[in-house]
Amino acid sequence: MTQPILQIQNLHKSFGKLEVLKGIDLDIHLGEVVVVIGPSGSGKSTLLRCVNFLEKPNQGHVLFKGEEVGQRSVNGKMVALPERVLDMQRSRMGMVFQRFNLFPHMTALGNVIEGLIQVKKMGRPEAEAQGLKLLKRVGLSDKAGTYPPFLSGGQQQRVAIARALAMEPEVMLFDEPTSALDPELVGEVLQVMKDLARSGMTMMVVTHEMGFAREVGHRMIFMDGGVVVEEGVPEAVFSNPQHSRTREFLSKVL
Amino acid sequence: MQSFIEYSAKILPHLLEGMQRTLMLTAACAFFGTLLGILIALARIARNTPIRLIAGGYVTLFRGTPLLLQILFVWGALPQFGITLPDAICVVIAMSLNSGAYVAEIVRAAIQSIDKGQMEAARSIGMSYGLAMRRVILPQTFRRLLPPMVNEMAALTKDTSLAMVVGIVELMKASQQQQSMSFRPAETYVWTALGYLLVTITLMTLASHFEKKLEARG
Repeated sequence: MTQPILQIQNLHKSFGKLEVLKGIDLDIHLGEVVVVIGPSGSGKSTLLRCVNFLEKPNQGHVLFKGEEVGQRSVNGKMVALPERVLDMQRSRMGMVFQRFNLFPHMTALGNVIEGLIQVKKMGRPEAEAQGLKLLKRVGLSDKAGTYPPFLSGGQQQRVAIARALAMEPEVMLFDEPTSALDPELVGEVLQVMKDLARSGMTMMVVTHEMGFAREVGHRMIFMDGGVVVEEGVPEAVFSNPQHSRTREFLSKVL
Repeated sequence: MQSFIEYSAKILPHLLEGMQRTLMLTAACAFFGTLLGILIALARIARNTPIRLIAGGYVTLFRGTPLLLQILFVWGALPQFGITLPDAICVVIAMSLNSGAYVAEIVRAAIQSIDKGQMEAARSIGMSYGLAMRRVILPQTFRRLLPPMVNEMAALTKDTSLAMVVGIVELMKASQQQQSMSFRPAETYVWTALGYLLVTITLMTLASHFEKKLEARG
């Protein structure tokens, strides 16, 4: 089998005395859609944030295409990578946040092309053409000139997805992308994510949307208390959970 | 005794001349103070601990001692070390250093009031810390900066009156000179107050106009 695009090895993360991740091992392969579920406080968002080094793990490694993210080992000690190297790594991993985090002082199009112009140093006309294509892909061609406060939550999140896609990432990380949305707006965001999954994008999705997990996920991870309790094909985990904690959680959310 | 109008006509040219210096001092201190303040604010939130501590000490020093003392120190104490500067330059240096400390706190508070997710989103598309600051964080602070910065500029305008202690004939000193010759402090001081009000009210009007414009954009 080919090398996984993401390898998470023995990952530990503590906030003060609170140990949030207690040794996570997880491989994600090219084109795979991995859905991470679990009760709040189980560490699933922290895990995702460690992948692109928004949180610095206390122990363990994240390898992106075989290359360690954010740090490297020198004589057994972990040393931070130069910022520029980390910036490069991050630009190859798209991230979508629960609260969208669009730049409110830029239009929808401005948000999408910011990375193209500032990070990829693309010329404005070319960046705008590409940005408009991406807005079309998420169904927001008509909102290019609109500022985020004038967009609905679902529209904002779709712009955020387009912003992440603009960098042509090799992996997309979704941190509860629909949790902050009104129920009637969840569908439009999930639809964009489904299309993305069908196009072959490698995705790691932390979510409470069990329908999405079942329909789109290739593999489902159930986390609780900072460890991976159970993993498997979503259908199998749903219909025949092996652990009592998984059963308990699923009985509450389904 | 001269009528009010005659007296006013006599002193106003002197007061206007003083006001010119007041405005020049204010403009210079506002420019250098703001520039310095932004740099110190960035130093205050830097990840490098020594830089952060030095910036913190700077702010404590300049906010914790009287501006008058700072002006007198630059003007009076530096010559002891062989540094002799023109009086007006001394005032601009002292007041810019002082204003920088206050502006730094204003800018720092504004930066820290921006949602942390903004920096994270910027970093997640591969922007460096500096680029994210410049393109994403600082532009968002403008609206929050405006009201406290107008306060600071108004305070600065009034504080330039301290320049009189080193003999600069700005509005306050001009006013003192006129009333000590005429013994008509009431009229003199009313005109002086109006002079300062003209500047501060103009500042505040401009600010509220600008604020409305920013609001209209959502």
